[in-house]
Parts: sequence; C-alpha cells; structure tokens
Amino acid sequence: MKVVYPREQWCVACNLCEVACMTEHSRTKDPLKAYLTERPRPVSRTKVEYRPPLAISVMCRHCAEAECVEACKNGTLTRNEETGRIELDQDRCLGCWMCIMACPYGAIGQVAMHVGGEERRVANKCDLCPDRDVPACVAACPNRALVFEDRG
Amino acid sequence: MLYKNPYNNYFDYVVQRDLDRCIRCKACVTQCSYGANFYDPDREMIYSLDANCVGCMRCSTFCPTDCIRIVRNPDAFRPNANWKDNNIKDLYKQAGTGGIIITGMGNDKPFTNYWEHMVIDACQVTNPSIDPLREPMELKTFLGRKPERLEIGRDGDITTKLAPQLVLETPIMFSAMSYGSINYNVCESVARAARELGTYWNTGEGGLPKALYEYGRQTIVQCASGRFGVSPEYLGAGAAIEIKIGQGAKPGIGGHLPGEKVLEGISETRMIPVGTDAISPAPHHDIYSIEDLKQLIYALKEATRYEKPVSVKIAAVHNVAAIASGIARAGADIIAVDGFRGGTGAAPKAIRDNVGIPIEVAIAAVDERLRQEGIRNEVSLVAAGGFRNSSDIVKAIALGADAVYIATSALMALGCTLCQQCHRGRCAWGITTNDPELARRVNPEIGTERLVGLIRAWSNEIKEMLGLMGINSIESLKGNRDRLRGVGLSEGELQTLGIRQAGT
Repeated sequence: MKVVYPREQWCVACNLCEVACMTEHSRTKDPLKAYLTERPRPVSRTKVEYRPPLAISVMCRHCAEAECVEACKNGTLTRNEETGRIELDQDRCLGCWMCIMACPYGAIGQVAMHVGGEERRVANKCDLCPDRDVPACVAACPNRALVFEDRG
Repeated sequence: MLYKNPYNNYFDYVVQRDLDRCIRCKACVTQCSYGANFYDPDREMIYSLDANCVGCMRCSTFCPTDCIRIVRNPDAFRPNANWKDNNIKDLYKQAGTGGIIITGMGNDKPFTNYWEHMVIDACQVTNPSIDPLREPMELKTFLGRKPERLEIGRDGDITTKLAPQLVLETPIMFSAMSYGSINYNVCESVARAARELGTYWNTGEGGLPKALYEYGRQTIVQCASGRFGVSPEYLGAGAAIEIKIGQGAKPGIGGHLPGEKVLEGISETRMIPVGTDAISPAPHHDIYSIEDLKQLIYALKEATRYEKPVSVKIAAVHNVAAIASGIARAGADIIAVDGFRGGTGAAPKAIRDNVGIPIEVAIAAVDERLRQEGIRNEVSLVAAGGFRNSSDIVKAIALGADAVYIATSALMALGCTLCQQCHRGRCAWGITTNDPELARRVNPEIGTERLVGLIRAWSNEIKEMLGLMGINSIESLKGNRDRLRGVGLSEGELQTLGIRQAGT
C-alpha cells in the first residue's frame, strides 16, 4: 500500500507539511481561518521534529503490525483490510491515550472536537487524506522530503 | 540598533509582515539563515530584525499565506548623483573594519549590456526560414582543435588524425564552480544534468569529490593556481582539463574560499586542513610567459596521453585578443574567456565591479584576431560571464563563440535570487553553503530536473532562432556576424563588435 515516507536527508524544516495537514483537516480548508479563527483549532497530524541540524516530518506509518490497534480497547483504531490503512474513528475515541503510549513513532496526537455541545479531546493521526490523490503534506513539501510511495 | 555601531546600521531591506495574515507557522523563521526572522514565545508573534535581512526572499516565497513582503529600506540618504547609497554604506563599513569588502556573484553595476544593443536577423520572402518542429535542426557542437584540412580515404572514412574533441548536444556547458564554493548537492545536480543533456560541467578549482567520479565523462576538471585537488586520478577522471588563469569576476587575482566553508568533505577533496582559507595565488607561479603556459599545457597532455583536450580559461581583459592568440599558439585546444559580469563565490567588491571587460566585446575581439592570424581552427572559443537567456547565447555564437559556459543562470535554476552573500557560507537557498542543514535545501533530484528544464528550454529557443534565420545547424551561425545588427551603439562600439548598424 502507498503511505507517506519522510526522507529526512531533504527535510528543510519549513513546517509547510504541518500547515497543509492542518488546513486539509480543517472545516474551512483555508490556512488563515484554520490557524486563526476555527474552534476547536485543527491540529496537524504530522509533526516536524527539528533538532538542528536534523529535521524530519513524522506521521503514522500505517504499520503492518500496528501496536496502536493492539492497544486500543474499544475498536476506535482498526485496520481497513481493503486498503491496509489504519483508521481512527474519532467519534468512538474515549481518550484513554493507550494508542499514544503504544505508538513507537510518536505519530499519534490529540485534538479537541465538539461532541454534543461539549468539547472533548480525542486521538488524532494521519489518515492519508482520503479526499485527495496525494496527501496534503506530500503536495506541500517543497523539497520532496515527503513522498507517497508503495515500497511493498 | 541596541549594541550596534550606528555607522553600520544602515540596512538595505525591510521585512514587512501582515500580522493579520501571519499564522505563526514559523516557516520564515526556520528558513532564514541570517537570523532576520524570529518567534517571540512571550507575545506569540513573529518579528524581524531588518538589519539582518539580505533580501534573498527565502522567507517570502515559503510563507504559506503570502503575508511577507521584502522591500527596499525606504530610509534614504539625501539624493546625491555622485555618492550613491552603496558608496556611502561601503565607506562606513570600511571605516569601521579597515577591511576589504568581499561580495558574491557578478558585477551588478549598470555598464552597457551589449546583448541588449544587438538584434538578430530573420528570413523574409526571398530566403526561406526553417521550422525546427518539422525539419531537422542541429545543435551538436565539437570543441577542440580542428585540422586545417580533411583527408578522406577511398572508403569514405576520414584519414586525417583528429585531435580529441568534446561533443556537446547543445552549445551550453556548466561553468566552473568549485566544490566548496557550492556544496555537494549542487555539484551533483549539475553533474547529473550535464549527463542527461549530453554536455559538460566544470569542477572549478576545488577538485572532484570521489562520489562524483562516475560523472567523469561529462566533467571538465580544472587545474588552477592553487592546484587544489589535482592528482593523477583527478586529471584522468575528466573528459577535458582546464587551466584556470583568470576569472571574469576577479581578473588578476586567485580564487577565494573562506575557511568557514572548508568542512570535512571539502578539506579531503582539496587536500587542505579543515577551516583554512583556500586562497589561490594570483598567478600560476610556474607560468610567467606563453612558453611557460605551453609547458603546463603539454605536461597535462602528456599526463593524460594526449587523449583529452586542454582548455585555458582567462578573464576578459584589455588585451584579451593578443593573449588568446598566445594561448592558441601555446597549444591549447579550447580557450574559455570569462567576461566581467561572470559570477564568483567571493571577490573583493572593488575588483568585481571595476576590473575586466564585457564578454561581448571580448568574443568579437578574440574571434577576429584568431581569424586574422589564420589560427581560428586551432582552438575552440568558449564564452562565459553573464548569459541570461537563449538570445544572449545566439548572439554570442554569431559573434564568434563556439559554445558558452553558464553558472549564475544555473544557480538561479536552483533557486538563487542573486542576494550576493555567497562568501558568507550561509546561503538560505542551500547553494553556496556547506552547512549540512542548509545544503539539504538543494535536493539533487529536483536540481537536476530544473537544470535540464532550463537548458532544454534554451536549446529549443536557439533552434527556433536558427530556424528563423534560415540556418539548420549551429555551425552555420558561428562567427556569422552578418546576422547581427547594432542598435544605439557608437561607431567605435560597432567596429569593435564587428557588426553593422541596424538599417544598413
């Protein structure tokens, strides 16, 4: 299956992957509103780890043996057998954070969402942008430090 | 200006940020390698230190909401036709430091640009133009000594022994830029592009990194006065050898690589300690005459079994024609002449902006002189120094060049915005820096594609221009000055360029 691979040797730490991810997963799909006015504020599902001189954008690997799926108690995280993607159903998430503990890449984060008028925090991770041909982060990367490939 | 000397606080650019549109993504902060943009966590805002801005526009191009504008500092000294801003600022700087002002890239002063005063002829009615999309059009170029006459055997083969030639699919090569002045990723981009395009790149005087030996067949290896990185393997690796006598940006002085840029890989390739300034001697200390030059040319030919053409690169200076004639007679196969708009990684500003002559007149003078002396066939003439587009190249070839070298344009294809900070080793576009974090900004995959794109585009335009002149081979354009006319030039300039006034 195709997933996003970071190529850290070309990451310039510009954070545009984060901006693109956040925008893509916002209600308005507009970076200005996504950052400045939307509430709850969307959160990027990839994170540029920047410890100069090293930089790498880290997001869900959609592991073949996914620790997060093993750790999830109520079926919020599942593998889609058809696509191979690890899917996260935020409506089911109870916020126990076992997936965050289990993920060896630190690729799962939290995001606030409105459920029935109240705001609660749920797990958040890369969904490979199901509405796009190429994930937003890959399309935004100016130096091909993120590639969308099937490496078998 | 706190803690700063007020005399040094006249800065060139202002970073304007529309705070309503700033999303604090910090792209501008991480991209600026000069510390001009910073994030203040207390106020949760991004601010700029305008005095640090060099105007490279890395931040404004990366801003995802286009909220940054880099503008010229509107602060103005009292207008003075004699004392321009840069005269004043340079003077202050020197009074404070007592040093020579070093800068990067080529001469930026408004000297006459002769390309802009030459126009190209076209066919109408009585002589047919050629459509390069429908008919064959030849850009193939051979560089090297050509025989006075060809003898053909009974079976139709050429029996004359030919001197070694460089074969170019397009008359554009990548000019000398040393490993060190540009980083490995840029060298690799250029080398890969040269291979893909069927042309050549030039190592400059910094040697050839071991990992790039695989591109040897597309490489012109340079031997300069510092002899950095020159070894038998190096000479053997290239397709041709170039003796660098001079460089257009700084005629009369040697190469400068500031110690800040001499890191591990550069140190190994140049065979000098890490962190030492690599200052090439102004002259080759074994070349004080044409006879001495001849000795080096033949020493290099001998060392490579007469299998590779030897080029001699000189800066375009007042007596360039006579010097070129001497070089031809010393046995060079190629003469590369670098005009005063040629770039550099580091040169004293006073020299860059005032020494040398434009490449346009140098081509005309050299070609004319070699023809007069009947030795034009003995050398190929490669012109360098400030080619900005395909029409500059067409005009150069019509004036008498066999091919051209480009370097500034090549770096621009990789993102260079001509901010002239190459000597500082902090290039925000990742070109003239060896800092591993910054050098990553040039991904050779993308770099190669962009260089190939540029040369393909220019080659196609050259074909179009040949076609409209009714010429189907670049060979027929060489020295064909009748296809050029001058506009707005004096009698003396027309005569030097060997072209006629438009309308005559």
